[in-house]
Amino acid sequence: MSTDNTRPSLYQSVISGWSAFWVIRGHLSPRIYLLFALTGMLLPLAAWWWLSASGLMDKVFMPGPIDVLLRLYTWFKDDDLLGDMWISTYRVAAGFSLSAILAIPLGIMIGSYRPVQALLEPLTDFIRYMPAVAFIPLVMLWVGIDESSKIAIIFIGTFFQMVLMIAEDVRRVPITQIEAAQTMGATRSEIVSLVIIPSAKPALLDTLRVTMGWAWTYLVVAELVAANSGLGYAILRAQRFMQTDKIFAGIILIGLIGLAIDQLFRWLHRKNFPWLYKK
Amino acid sequence: MNTKISIESAGKTFGDGNIIALQDVNLAIGSNEFVTFVGASGCGKSTLLRCIGGLETLSSGSINVDGVPVSGPGVDRAMVFQHYSLYPWLSVIDNIKFTRLLQINREDITSADVETASGRADALIDLMGLNHVRDAYPNQLSGGMQQRVAIARALLPRPQILLMDEPFGALDAQTREVMHDMILHVSKLEKTTIVFVTHDVEEAIYLGQRVVVMAPRPGRIDSICQVVLPAQRNQDMKLSPEFVQQKKAILTRIRETAGMHTDLELLERMTRQAEADQ
Repeated sequence: MSTDNTRPSLYQSVISGWSAFWVIRGHLSPRIYLLFALTGMLLPLAAWWWLSASGLMDKVFMPGPIDVLLRLYTWFKDDDLLGDMWISTYRVAAGFSLSAILAIPLGIMIGSYRPVQALLEPLTDFIRYMPAVAFIPLVMLWVGIDESSKIAIIFIGTFFQMVLMIAEDVRRVPITQIEAAQTMGATRSEIVSLVIIPSAKPALLDTLRVTMGWAWTYLVVAELVAANSGLGYAILRAQRFMQTDKIFAGIILIGLIGLAIDQLFRWLHRKNFPWLYKK
Repeated sequence: MNTKISIESAGKTFGDGNIIALQDVNLAIGSNEFVTFVGASGCGKSTLLRCIGGLETLSSGSINVDGVPVSGPGVDRAMVFQHYSLYPWLSVIDNIKFTRLLQINREDITSADVETASGRADALIDLMGLNHVRDAYPNQLSGGMQQRVAIARALLPRPQILLMDEPFGALDAQTREVMHDMILHVSKLEKTTIVFVTHDVEEAIYLGQRVVVMAPRPGRIDSICQVVLPAQRNQDMKLSPEFVQQKKAILTRIRETAGMHTDLELLERMTRQAEADQ
């Protein structure tokens, strides 16, 4: 009797295992997920390493990972890396917080009350399409070239998008949740504070997570134009001295800080909204 | 019969007045009565319920509860929706006690009141069979359990009227039967006047003392059917000749008023076409 009928061959099990990965919206075990994630991170790193080691490109234009690590070390030892990281993070935090503090209440008002929407949403939509970068000369004229100008540019870059996204989050609160509160005798301000805000909170935190990424983009823009410290400024100055390894180091560093902040937001999400993660 | 809700020449239009959702609706609903509304889609049954609840306003006519015109939502009229009305961030017990967070229930409150309220929440948890999921979140529950929570929450402040908008429409057949007997039990126990909107004729007859059949374009009452079943209902009655006959009569009215004839004609034409093609 052949065993083919009872046990699949190695070839068959590899094929069926492989096709099981590609089920649309299917599941992956945490181990396999990690395997794919690491592959996705390490493959580009390996490609970069190979490209720089192969000699196909001049080292001046394409430094290898080791060069970048070494540069990072000297930057830390001789050039105040921590100071650059600190000032950049401070600028992002300040610009982002300022815009969140204003955008959250405004977005909630726009999403809840029609007159506020009519008054502010078309205006915000209009300003949103103005390129934030084009405001830099104006900001420098009005605010000067000190810290507040960098914060102002980050604010302009994130605030208007944030308001609209928060308003949309608030509008996505199911109308039945609101009507149920009305039939229970809730006042309008109770509906906002006891239904709309708690219901929209998880989406709001996600909006903040996404806009945080934009804040970092505008930080670099602000520092490229008007600064003498910070990661963006360091990248710009490195260009002048042809220090491509430092450019690489700066870009990767910003990516890592962004990744860490993103993970922090995701952790806050799981911590604060347990009902979304219990099934 | 004490009249609890009286609807007088109620009319409702949408858009620029060209869509007539309700036209000249007149009906008196008694205290502790269980009235069900059926009809083809677009007949205005849900709109009428929402007008009683105060979530929509009439374009003409009036609705009075205990002789007082309805001008907006009120705690005397609780409402149960088809779905998505629970608060996913609150546990079952906190959903049920949600009304206790509202100012309207906090004025002149004494510690004795709070105690009775907690006692009532526990009693409702018992009544609805929710003890084992008391601290669970709504999205951990099945559709039927979620509707039990919604009903318990609506009943907490002892409303005199319970308005139900297709509350079991999304549930499977077995769960619905259980829910039917549960809500009949509640109506007896709590002496609540219940207005129940459904598209399921069998459900309407089984639950209602009267079945109001509505017709679309314009939305209006077509006929009112006094249910002939005994007050104490049980599932076997659904097979009795009286039940089947009433179901047939109501279904006939709904079909005649729904304007489905064009669809039949279309079907016949397509069949003939298909035959010709062969």
